[in-house]
Amino acid sequence: MTTRILIAGFGGQGVLFAGKFLAYGGLMDGKQVSWLPSYGPEMRGGTANCSVIISDDPVGSPIVSKPDVLMVMNLPSLDKYEAAAVPGAKIFVDSTLIERKVERADVSTYYIPATRMAQESGFPTLANMMMMGKLMRETGLGGNHIEDALKKVVSAKHADLFDVNLKAIRMGYDYQEG
Amino acid sequence: MQEKVLMKGNEAIAEAAILAGCRHYFGYPITPQTEIAAYMAKRMPKIGGTFLQAESEISAINMVYGVAGAGFRVMTSSSSPGVSLKQEGISYIAGADLPALIVNVQRGGPGLGGIQPSQSDYFQATKGGGHGDYHLIVLAPASVQEMADMTVKAFDLADKYRMPVMLLADGTMGQMMEPVALPEVKTAAVEKPWAVTGTQMKRKHNIINSLYLNPEQLERTNFERFERYRKVERDEVLYESYLMDDAEYCVVAFGIAARVSKNAVKAAREAGIKVGMIRPITLWPFPTAALAEAAERVKGFLSVELSMGQMIEDVRLATSCRRPVALCNRTGGMIPTPEEVLEAIKKLSGGCEA
Repeated sequence: MTTRILIAGFGGQGVLFAGKFLAYGGLMDGKQVSWLPSYGPEMRGGTANCSVIISDDPVGSPIVSKPDVLMVMNLPSLDKYEAAAVPGAKIFVDSTLIERKVERADVSTYYIPATRMAQESGFPTLANMMMMGKLMRETGLGGNHIEDALKKVVSAKHADLFDVNLKAIRMGYDYQEG
Repeated sequence: MQEKVLMKGNEAIAEAAILAGCRHYFGYPITPQTEIAAYMAKRMPKIGGTFLQAESEISAINMVYGVAGAGFRVMTSSSSPGVSLKQEGISYIAGADLPALIVNVQRGGPGLGGIQPSQSDYFQATKGGGHGDYHLIVLAPASVQEMADMTVKAFDLADKYRMPVMLLADGTMGQMMEPVALPEVKTAAVEKPWAVTGTQMKRKHNIINSLYLNPEQLERTNFERFERYRKVERDEVLYESYLMDDAEYCVVAFGIAARVSKNAVKAAREAGIKVGMIRPITLWPFPTAALAEAAERVKGFLSVELSMGQMIEDVRLATSCRRPVALCNRTGGMIPTPEEVLEAIKKLSGGCEA
């Protein structure tokens, strides 16, 4: 099986970091993985995105143009990629920053007020990891190795950030839409 | 086997170069390969190596020329416009028969072009680029693992044949992360009796030079160099053959285009089209014999490229135009989708039926 994931938002929201964390989770599950970022001027304040592929087989093209899983953290990203998702896709929406609903009826949607929850919890920069926690739970991707994967992406120099990242992931993981 | 780590292609090149014994890096930043320079800036001072950001690409390549002449493993890296600036120095290095690694993480051109991935420096890399009769060995990795492995191989080949080697990647390969097992390098110390290391008054001095004012001597030197090139063509061709055993059609693609094409070949197989792929890993020497052999049994070829069609000329030459060769391409930083390649395969197979 091959799962193609697209993670998109503003530059600075940590979508590339979240994607790298997910890719490590897949790697530790014994899967083949690839991670491909958008790069260039659009990263500065514009949209940033990354393609992550987690597969049982060697990954062919690393570019995700038709995502099975879409995680969006701003409206331009939802507007741009909603139509591209495959039928049956799982779409994760930061509902603090995106007020509209997904219009497609043939996909599963998950609305997480991640930016608000992150602000209220005292780690406003970790909405990305909250979203990722929910994504891991609902897709089963990488969820078996959350702590190990996190160790790989939080550098030793910033070890103090490990606990808050883990907390943010857990909050997202446990979040249930009311 | 070592534990696999996720690395960007650019970082994998840098770390593999260090593992291969390269302690001298000269460069000038340019997207999308700047991570190589950044990695070297961080690592080289810690291991007694040299990282030097030159004032220009031209300076950087001439520093490479100097260090190569002294017999050390040395490299530079850049992206398309920067590699154009290096061409004079590359020709001098080839003319002086020196080993060195030049990495080109290609972006769209011509001119300053763009910063998105491209393969439109194929002609420049494989047909000369600089002036005069010379070749580079050109390696085209198609995964982050190959970025690391080919870097080590590049240094070995450069030393073995005393010639510059180019690693021809693209923005996707440079920026993407994949699991890598860093190569365990067993590099035997290469004797370099030609290097300028100081005679200590014990031997005749060596000269590193590419100037031969006597035309007979220059011709003789070129003939000798091309005898070495013949050996490279005979012994160093690398390619991957994918689903070619019963193939009726053959996709030819390298680097990121080959990754995309693999998806398309799989999809075409599922649709009942007998198609395979030959992926050149060395672009020079080109896998001419493999393509000529394929031309004996397939009905047509499809060259998939991120350019207006450059490698397609070598496909036609290798197959002596005995079969139709179609082109599926995007340019300027765009990458064909697997669906576009699949369409092109379908068109080729439909068009060749008669």
